[in-house]
Amino acid sequence: MSGTWITTRAWLLMLPLLIVMVAVIGWPLADTVHLSFTDAKLVGTSGSYVGFDNYVRLVTGNAFGRTLFTTTFFAVVVVTTEMVLGVLAALLLNQQFYGRTLLRALLILPWALPTVVNATLWRLIYNPEYGALNAALTQLGFLSEYRSWLGEPGSALTALIVADCWKNFPLVAMIALAALQAVPRDVIAASFVDGANAFNRFRFVTLPYLAGPLMVALVLRTIEAFKVFDIVWVMTRGGPANSTRTMSILVYQEAFSFQRAGSGASLALIVTLIITVLAIAYGTIVKKVAGSAT
Amino acid sequence: MERQNPLFRLFLHVAALLLAAVILMPLVWLFVMSISPAADLAAKPLRWWPETMDFSRYATLLSTLENSAGAAFVASLRNSLMVAGMATTAAVALAVPAGWAVSRTPSVGWSLSLVIATYMLPPVALAVPLYMALANFGLLNNVFGLALVYLTILAPFTTWLMKSGFDGIPREIEQAAVIDGASLWQTLRIITLPLALPVVATSALFAFLLGWDEFFYALLFTSDQRAKTLTVAIADLAGGRVSDYGLIATAGVLAALPPVVVGLVMQRALISGLTSGGVKG
Repeated sequence: MSGTWITTRAWLLMLPLLIVMVAVIGWPLADTVHLSFTDAKLVGTSGSYVGFDNYVRLVTGNAFGRTLFTTTFFAVVVVTTEMVLGVLAALLLNQQFYGRTLLRALLILPWALPTVVNATLWRLIYNPEYGALNAALTQLGFLSEYRSWLGEPGSALTALIVADCWKNFPLVAMIALAALQAVPRDVIAASFVDGANAFNRFRFVTLPYLAGPLMVALVLRTIEAFKVFDIVWVMTRGGPANSTRTMSILVYQEAFSFQRAGSGASLALIVTLIITVLAIAYGTIVKKVAGSAT
Repeated sequence: MERQNPLFRLFLHVAALLLAAVILMPLVWLFVMSISPAADLAAKPLRWWPETMDFSRYATLLSTLENSAGAAFVASLRNSLMVAGMATTAAVALAVPAGWAVSRTPSVGWSLSLVIATYMLPPVALAVPLYMALANFGLLNNVFGLALVYLTILAPFTTWLMKSGFDGIPREIEQAAVIDGASLWQTLRIITLPLALPVVATSALFAFLLGWDEFFYALLFTSDQRAKTLTVAIADLAGGRVSDYGLIATAGVLAALPPVVVGLVMQRALISGLTSGGVKG
């Protein structure tokens, strides 16, 4: 068989996927770019060309900077916490102790719980009048009167972060555990013989095996945290006083609540651009880490 | 491992108990809320375990009586099953040939990279044109329209999983069959696909869980019982004026049950699927 035929055959087999992808992703994305330069409304008028007006107005408006900060803060805190907790849990689950198999199985539960159910569950836990958190803290004597955890701008974002970390650190733990199990036993044995202490064993023996998979987890979780919508929408809808409004929530409000399709599209593209830059930067680091680890 | 002193062993077990408590407490509480009488949930101090277990909410939500809370819930359950099921079937049907092609013909691999890169796109970047298009075709508030939109998420993911699955099947087996006179189609049908079946199953499972979990598009593109999915129904309950928190918890338990059971039963397959990309780089 000739090389051209093999390549043609590959394209033919990919054709259905590519057609669907162009229809549901490629074309809408192109249309979003087009819309972002118009003052189109969601329903009715198709809008007229306004150049970069939307972009300029958004970036210089007061909602943008604050929302970008909130999103970045959310992403940095949840991803850092999830990575640390995930690696610690994986190191624990890689040790020998009674009930290890059961605990490993439990780890999949928060991951399997649908995001909306997780958000609803934590919303109930944080409930200002009947919530379990208020009840537990009061009964233990840490709290004198019930608080509205999701109703106060000072605590709402933290409350969201806790709920997100609880759901997602098990994913990091599962990835880290799989990587730990790939560390050859004789390498660890050799480090014992060489008299390395626990920290040095982790730093120089275990960590190189973890670095690659953890970087992948880091990239995936960062992208997801930056796109976050579901958990915020269900728990706070971006409130109170916009203290938990993330970029995706802002786009939703602009395009669907205020029906400004044009400027909503501009905002969505700014978010896309930020995520792309992040992903490319990470990608470069991943290659470096992967290169040095092996 | 080699030298576990008693103090370290104690530390390990305390840490393990702590981790178990952190994971289980919220989940157990969700279940306890679902079986506690409403009065117990509103009591101060809060009752942590009901005196009498009350499973009536499960019956309420799963009843199909006209205009009951159950009818809306059962409809959303059916919609979720249909949308996730249809989208999964379509995604796998697209992914199997595409995944095989990329696995065996690396020169077209860049197109798959492009497809996978769409993972970075926030759904909000596609939402407005998709909304307008669905409105034009009369597919808003329609399970078929929603399933089509779910392909934006499911198809790249399943294709990526299928590609790494086919990578694990040596192409020498296929070549041997071709030398023995089998046509390509016969080779794929008799040799490759049966070997790839576990990966197909894992991909389908993942895709179904993603579809079951989806909320953003469902929130935007559905408006009533004809297409509203479970996630939207639960968010409605949580954000609405429902006075019985136990009912919200019950809906949560029911929605969580399928993925949690799948997760526990299929743990090994899911984890190897989750980590294959990570570990291989």
